[in-house]
Amino acid sequence: MAYEIKLDIFEGPLDLLLYLIKKNEIDIYDIPIALITEQYLEHVEIMKSLNLDLAGEYLVLAATLLHIKSKMLLPVPEDEESDDDEDPREMLVRQLLEYQAFKEAALNLDKMSVLGRDVFSRGYSPKEEEGEEEIPIREVGIFELVEAFRNAVSEAGNEELMEIDAEKISLSETINQIMDELNTKKMLSFTDLLGGLESKTRIIYTFLAILELMKMRVIRAYQAVSYGPIRICLAVGE
Amino acid sequence: MDNVKAIVEALIFVSDLPVSIDKIKEVLGEEVDKKEIAEVLATIKQEYEVRRGGVFLKEIAGGYQFRTGEDVAPWIKKMKAIKPLTLSPAAMETLAVVVYRQPIMKSDIEQVRGVDVSGVLRGLLEKNLVRMVGRKDVPGRPIIYGTTRKFLEVFNLRDLTDLPSLKEIEE
Repeated sequence: MAYEIKLDIFEGPLDLLLYLIKKNEIDIYDIPIALITEQYLEHVEIMKSLNLDLAGEYLVLAATLLHIKSKMLLPVPEDEESDDDEDPREMLVRQLLEYQAFKEAALNLDKMSVLGRDVFSRGYSPKEEEGEEEIPIREVGIFELVEAFRNAVSEAGNEELMEIDAEKISLSETINQIMDELNTKKMLSFTDLLGGLESKTRIIYTFLAILELMKMRVIRAYQAVSYGPIRICLAVGE
Repeated sequence: MDNVKAIVEALIFVSDLPVSIDKIKEVLGEEVDKKEIAEVLATIKQEYEVRRGGVFLKEIAGGYQFRTGEDVAPWIKKMKAIKPLTLSPAAMETLAVVVYRQPIMKSDIEQVRGVDVSGVLRGLLEKNLVRMVGRKDVPGRPIIYGTTRKFLEVFNLRDLTDLPSLKEIEE
């Protein structure tokens, strides 16, 4: 069953890179290229396997990272007085810093007193503001979800079960299961939902179901602290 | 004219959009000059601030408009069931780049963000937060973009200098 998620919920390859740098508590001026490249490629692979419509830009940055990595492996001739003895990472760092500055600026913009949200005026007509539905990803970013998904997959173990018959799972059935659970328990953690599952197919379907429910604004995902457990509850009370 | 203050206040009160000093001058005619209008506006603004009520006189997009205080927002939303303009993080980032780098070409926005911005840019154009301001005089004559008056209105700004400055980036 083909299930596609539009790419515009991602902020792009630079955002993924910044996320990894933050997560690993790395000094942006001294990025351990090998480590970051490895983690970056890992995330790209997961996004691919999730059938997220992966933009070419992610692969371009992957190529750039690999290029920098290979450059840093080459010995620098000491006697040669050359102009290009600059750190191969410099360009990337500059780009990251610039991107980060604008990311911050975007957050600051969001903190302004927005008309129709924080302040109101006469004649403010909400009708014209009714744009297309946006996917609520403010509470937990897609990367955190992917990260949690990755953990669930790796915890599922490599135990290969003998295949007797392809498991028949439907997305709507999975959605209904999650809704049933939420109706009785009110709040579930991401690991509650994915942890007990043994087959990767089931994990993937559960993950897709969560994304779909978030898109429909039926459920919300919260996180108390960064990298903390992700909790899921119904968007509307009762 | 001895009731200039009352007239000015009323003019702003009935307007849906921010009212500029020029517009007020146009209505009041020759008798009152812009300096006096500006003074009157400052007095009204001051009065509302001292009063600390639910409404304030704000300088928005080169004009004056009454706007509610932030602390009453929850109740207004409850009454009017307004769905505020929501922008995705991608749209906010794109908007931020346009705000601080305008006039800017699409390719330059993409350079900063590292992704294709066609879709988000179209969304911002549709929401009238960004507009095409012209074409750059280079081969291909690419379109350049800038922010709109509506952007200032939505983000509660007098003008672009009202924005916090972008964290300096070392070149």
